[in-house]
Amino acid sequence: MEKAFIKKVQIGDAMDRVDARLKVSGAARYAAEYTLKSVVYGVLVTSTIAKGSIKEMDTRAAEKAPGVLAIINHKNAPKVPGHQAGTDNEGSRVYGQEFRLFYDNKIYHNDQPIALAIASTPEQAEHAASLIKVHYAQEKHQTNSKANTSNAITPARGKDYSRGTAYAFKNAPVNLELEYGTPIQVHNPMEPHATTAVWEGATKVTVYNKTQATKLSQQEIMKAFDLKEENVQAISPFVGGAFGSSSRVWPQEMAAIMGAKVTGKPVKVALKRDQVFNMVGYRPRSIQKIGIGATAEGILTGITHEAFTSTSQYEQFTERIVDPTKTLYNCPNLNTAYKLIPLDMSTPCWTRGPGETSGSFALESAMDELAYALNIDPLALRLKNYAPSDPEKNLPWSSNYLKECYQMGADRFGWNKRTPTPGSMRKDEWQVGMGMAAGIYKSERDAASAIATVLANGSVVVQSAVADVGPGSATIFTQIAADVLAMDVKQVTFEWGNSKLPKAPGQFGSHTTASVGSAIYEVCTLLKKKLQELAITMPNSELARAQQNDLVVEEGTVGLKNKQIQLSYADILKSHALPQVQVSTESKGGGPEQEKYSGKSFCANFVEVRVHSLTGEVRVNRVVSAVDCGRVVNKKTATSQVYGSITWGIGIALMEEAKLDHRYGRHLNNDLAEYHVPTCADVPPIEVLFVDKPDPVIDPMGAKGIGEIPLVGFSAAIANAVYHATGKRIRELPITPDKLL
Amino acid sequence: MNNFQYIRTTSTKAAIDAVAKDPDARFIAGGTNLLDLMKRGIVSPEKLVDISRLPLNKIEREASGVRIGAMALNSEVAENAFIKEKFPLLAQALQAGASAQLRNMATVGGNILQRTRCHYFYDTSLPCNKREPGTGCGALEGNNHMHAIFGFSEKCIAVHPSDMCVALAALDATVLVSGPTGDRKIAFADFHRLPGDKPHVDTVLEKNELITAVTLPDSPFTKNVHYLKVRERASYAFALVSVAAGLQLENDTIQRACLAMGGVAHKPWRLASAEKALIGKKVTEATFRQAAEIAMQGAKSFEHNAYKLKLAPNAIVQALKTAAGIA
Ligand SMILES: Cc1cc2nc3c(=O)[nH]c(=O)nc-3n(C[C@H](O)[C@H](O)[C@H](O)COP(=O)(O)OP(=O)(O)OC[C@H]3O[C@@H](n4cnc5c(N)ncnc54)[C@H](O)[C@@H]3O)c2cc1C
Repeated sequence: MEKAFIKKVQIGDAMDRVDARLKVSGAARYAAEYTLKSVVYGVLVTSTIAKGSIKEMDTRAAEKAPGVLAIINHKNAPKVPGHQAGTDNEGSRVYGQEFRLFYDNKIYHNDQPIALAIASTPEQAEHAASLIKVHYAQEKHQTNSKANTSNAITPARGKDYSRGTAYAFKNAPVNLELEYGTPIQVHNPMEPHATTAVWEGATKVTVYNKTQATKLSQQEIMKAFDLKEENVQAISPFVGGAFGSSSRVWPQEMAAIMGAKVTGKPVKVALKRDQVFNMVGYRPRSIQKIGIGATAEGILTGITHEAFTSTSQYEQFTERIVDPTKTLYNCPNLNTAYKLIPLDMSTPCWTRGPGETSGSFALESAMDELAYALNIDPLALRLKNYAPSDPEKNLPWSSNYLKECYQMGADRFGWNKRTPTPGSMRKDEWQVGMGMAAGIYKSERDAASAIATVLANGSVVVQSAVADVGPGSATIFTQIAADVLAMDVKQVTFEWGNSKLPKAPGQFGSHTTASVGSAIYEVCTLLKKKLQELAITMPNSELARAQQNDLVVEEGTVGLKNKQIQLSYADILKSHALPQVQVSTESKGGGPEQEKYSGKSFCANFVEVRVHSLTGEVRVNRVVSAVDCGRVVNKKTATSQVYGSITWGIGIALMEEAKLDHRYGRHLNNDLAEYHVPTCADVPPIEVLFVDKPDPVIDPMGAKGIGEIPLVGFSAAIANAVYHATGKRIRELPITPDKLL
Repeated sequence: MNNFQYIRTTSTKAAIDAVAKDPDARFIAGGTNLLDLMKRGIVSPEKLVDISRLPLNKIEREASGVRIGAMALNSEVAENAFIKEKFPLLAQALQAGASAQLRNMATVGGNILQRTRCHYFYDTSLPCNKREPGTGCGALEGNNHMHAIFGFSEKCIAVHPSDMCVALAALDATVLVSGPTGDRKIAFADFHRLPGDKPHVDTVLEKNELITAVTLPDSPFTKNVHYLKVRERASYAFALVSVAAGLQLENDTIQRACLAMGGVAHKPWRLASAEKALIGKKVTEATFRQAAEIAMQGAKSFEHNAYKLKLAPNAIVQALKTAAGIA
């Protein structure tokens, strides 16, 4: 057992979460839980058609309903300056015209927010919303990706890729051409999206929202409402899961801000579960073709990966669906193409392992199919095609321990006990199967800032605008600071989740630890130096004649190596009569040194499933996940990240699917009873193995990304295990019983 | 959602009177189904009469059988020692339903009267004859993955979602009812309706009538029983197909059998001819396969539920094998 709070912590220790007590005791406040004085409540009314326009909206009954303060729609909404200006695709993260709330009478998708009912209580607002009657001029819509591949477009920001000879797989001695598909999956974080907005005068607004990036929220709101940076604040310290769904400003933020403007009061808008399905992003449907070819010995000679994903009619959301294919294996001839299918749906958005997760389902299933076609063990096939350097960028890896992942994982799992013939392993009515897959995910470092302050009592406050949406970032940043400053972790406070704090990138792309962690590492190192200087220069210092490099910082003191002199931080400040000492830093992110390398995290997942021979039910028996994420900064939170990925991976493989009725263009299973995510009973023991070797390039901690890598390829590991159990290859997720009967 | 009045009653009579007096009043027990329906705008009662505190929650042995009060919680019945011993099929079916939290709120009466989970029923902007007669059946040519293969009509192909009711059907339960004009007993087989031309009417219960209890006769199915629920995740999902199976065995020979299916029809689906076919037979997989084939006679599927034609007989075989102890 770990101690609750280890006094002296180091990078790597399995320290408990700094916010654990707040969270389990309900003291941590989430976006919908800020109840400001005189707050009122807004409920969004959503469209019930997928395409067309609003002919008439009758709000009379709603306006007269008890407690109602305002009904806002396209006719009376305050003008949003940023919406009036034309599109500016320079620097926008998604190409196209962002959705403009209450802008005009056009309907782009079902469940589009078309009005906001604001009342004194949530119940009154809910009731008023139900009284609004809408008449539409309906147009023919398209929501079916499969039926619309012929209307696919080449994304403005997507480039086809080729090395060697395109379509070389066709001439390979052994080759396969296969089609895979993944359905729409919805993030469905436990906490639905919510925002409370409050204006101070006409030029200053604060939002309490659910975001992975307080700085991005601030910037997007500034832009939309034409406000000054210092006059927009986004506050979001606790987030109940986001997984990409809170990485841009969405209708609930816009509605709360507009509502607060109209009523002059703080307005709270919380989405209902069904509203998160088609309003705040989702993982798009994918249709993918893979051509793969190898020599009889199993050396890859050609891969072609062509992918389609769906998007909205107003934006082109692209993701990294073909990226793993480009880099995971050492294949000389490789080409990829990526097209978008515009549909009458809201815009999809980044969803844990955005692109890689769907793309690697196809790639890693195809590798398994190839292994069977070649009669080679799937793990042996992967080892034969290991890429010693990045085959796409032609750069050395910053570090790559994929082979170690294969080795560790296979050993622990007992891969050698697998009998290769499908259907050859059985236990009673259950067919047993073992499958594996590899994963690759970018590992980068972005610019970030931080401030560190030592106070008169010797304690330290470290600050960054970064979000902590659940991975434990606040914990590891506290830990990094305590380690660098060699002090009791209880004397370190980390402040985060507020756009007023030093700039940080969004918490997505598995780069928070590398980016913000580096800034904190640097700022604490600066503070340490500063304390050493102050220790030398303090009046009558016992260290006056010491050189900086004679000094050591330990146990919250600056002193000599031989410990004969140790000056506490509090004493150093006191003798300089300083109330505090503050340093700040802007950490640069991946510099020229990093550009000489390709940074990636790697993983190998091993899975055992059982499939009931009569009912087709699939259950996962056990999972071994071996991960190269560089140095593990906190064993406990890192392990939880792997648990989270694997759990979601089980959902993606076996149950998650947002079902639509294309005749109406509407979601059918938009609640958590019908949209299945794994229950505890679906999640078997998961063994997590870390290589835990520092990456020498990316950041001073040696850490690479961990949040997404274990999910990459995971659904294929399950599909491969199901094939091994049953001899049935399921190429369209999820793998439900009906497909196996 | 609309504003509504909420009242709590202490006597059965007062509760029935309160609902009888007011055409827009409804009973509320655990509320686990009714509140969802209200939030989705499917029903909008003006008054809720809370019956959850009525003294109708006892589980009592009777001269021959058991009487289970309508207010007994799903979890109480599932964990009751007498039920577990004498009616293990019922206990198993209850345990397979919903989640622990829901079972701690849900009552026996409410479970019997829970409404279908058909997607079209749940979305007021889609057609559904059950919710709004005359609008059509959205599922007929839509997503009918979960839908009926027996006893449906062109007007409605929804299924009854309960697990508990499948066991009650197999165990020959009787529903006890009180209304403004007195009490009556309804055989479980007659309680739920097939959709026919009136899919909006789920049961033969009148609006003013209160379910007070369910009774079960003594059951020979105490040992060789199994409730099999096939679902798309390991827990907390409605059945694709479920089977309640009970066998009374003498050596290897079947003396009596009870068999019912869930997830296949507008009501819990008792398999009487399959039961008959089992009597006198030896316990073998072939016997069970034969019974399953009989059970499936007349089954028809739609675009997305053809898998049930394979799954249902397989599930029957698996449930019987497990019940017989030869799985
Ligand atoms: C997420 C979810 C998952 C579920 N999964 C399952 C599952 O897997 N299997 C399963 O079987 N069920 C499942 N259920 C359904 C659950 O079993 C029912 O909601 C529950 O049994 C209803 O009981 P209640 O007491 O809460 O009924 P209420 O919601 O209070 O009432 C339901 C209806 O019955 C009426 N009523 C209640 N009691 C009486 C009475 N004594 N006399 C007359 N009328 C009465 C009410 O007026 C109302 O119309 C699930 C429910 C949810 C929400």
